[in-house]
Amino acid sequence: MGTDARAFVLPLGGRESARDEPARDEAVRGESARLAAVSPAERELRGLLVASLAGSAVDYRRFLERLGSHLRAYYKGKLVRSGRADTEAEDLVQETLMVIHTRRHTYDVTQPVTPWIHAIARYKLIDHLRHTRSAAANVPVEDAGVLLVQGDHVAAESSLDVERLLALLPLKMRNAIRSTKVDGLSTAEAAARAGMSETAIKVSVHRGLKALAKRVGGTVR
Amino acid sequence: MKTDDLIGLLGRSFEREPVRSSGMTRRLGLAVAVGAAGALGLALAVLGLRPGLMQGRPLLFLAFKLAFAAAVGGLAIRYLARVARPGGESRVHLGIAALPFVVVAALAGASLATMPRAHWHGQISGHAWLECLVSIPLIAVVPFAVVTWAVRRFGAPTDLVRAGALVGLAAGAVSAVGYSLHCMDDTVPFVAVWYGGTIALCTLAGAVLGPRLLRW
Repeated sequence: MGTDARAFVLPLGGRESARDEPARDEAVRGESARLAAVSPAERELRGLLVASLAGSAVDYRRFLERLGSHLRAYYKGKLVRSGRADTEAEDLVQETLMVIHTRRHTYDVTQPVTPWIHAIARYKLIDHLRHTRSAAANVPVEDAGVLLVQGDHVAAESSLDVERLLALLPLKMRNAIRSTKVDGLSTAEAAARAGMSETAIKVSVHRGLKALAKRVGGTVR
Repeated sequence: MKTDDLIGLLGRSFEREPVRSSGMTRRLGLAVAVGAAGALGLALAVLGLRPGLMQGRPLLFLAFKLAFAAAVGGLAIRYLARVARPGGESRVHLGIAALPFVVVAALAGASLATMPRAHWHGQISGHAWLECLVSIPLIAVVPFAVVTWAVRRFGAPTDLVRAGALVGLAAGAVSAVGYSLHCMDDTVPFVAVWYGGTIALCTLAGAVLGPRLLRW
């Protein structure tokens, strides 16, 4: 997993060898090499998590906060590379924080913490990409008609058009699409704003976009 | 929900239950033991104990079959405890888990080499190869279910194919223990082909089912 883990924003800890260390007392050399090789992220997160597991709730909250920002950077980078909106990143950050919380007993305290986090983050990313692939793949097919008939000049009016088109939709779908696609909120935030479940938001957005695509295709063709 | 709110929520949840003990090997070992009890009960209830099991040759071969199953099962539990943790698949060596199969296959080869070719068929197919072929995978369903539950409950595997394969391997080994109490065939080639083959089959089934059953 070496090369793979290295691509992660949290550098792998504890794997580098002590080859270039000057000859010193054996124990000191081993220890200092280990500390030098361990990345700052590994040292910080591991320290916080170990303190947490010893019973410190304050350290635990701090651990989650630091972890959240690492995960955000990781998911944004990955999602941009695979052509996804980075608003999806926040959903993934939250889901990963949740599973790290509920599965924290799977961390082996004798092992470095970043490979453990990386494995979970990567697993959730792949799971997410796999399960949104079909939904994402549906959109371009229906958008193809829209894309081909629209000229460049239309872009300037697009936000007005969006409002006009949204007005054609039922209130629920309209709000869901406006929150997630126009205002750029995450699904979770849109759900909180509308007082609906995340699934309901996703369904509304999906159905609304479908209806819009149909409508646009119909008027132009 | 804002991520900060979520962190607050998780923090409060942590305060209520700060430390959860780990002990993955112990928990999974316990699950395998429960599965083994189920497999033994099923084998004895449906197939029954072999008459004269405690005499000379049958007893010797029972010990051989049990040693094979114990070696396979022990390695399976050892690696299952690793693969059940996120990222643990990098510390799993399926080649080592296959060692007992290699050893038994080598013993079978050596045993066949000392015999005339005419005896090979009898040595390999024995009295009841079909019964063995059907029984071990069927009995394995019980431990497979128990161990799958335990991995889902206590673990978080990130390589579901390998995790599934190791669950299948453990279940097959435990099932072979149950079947060995009934098995009438006392040749090394029979054990290599039908015990080894059926346990491998369970492993394959586990690898196929893993991504569906162990998702979290």
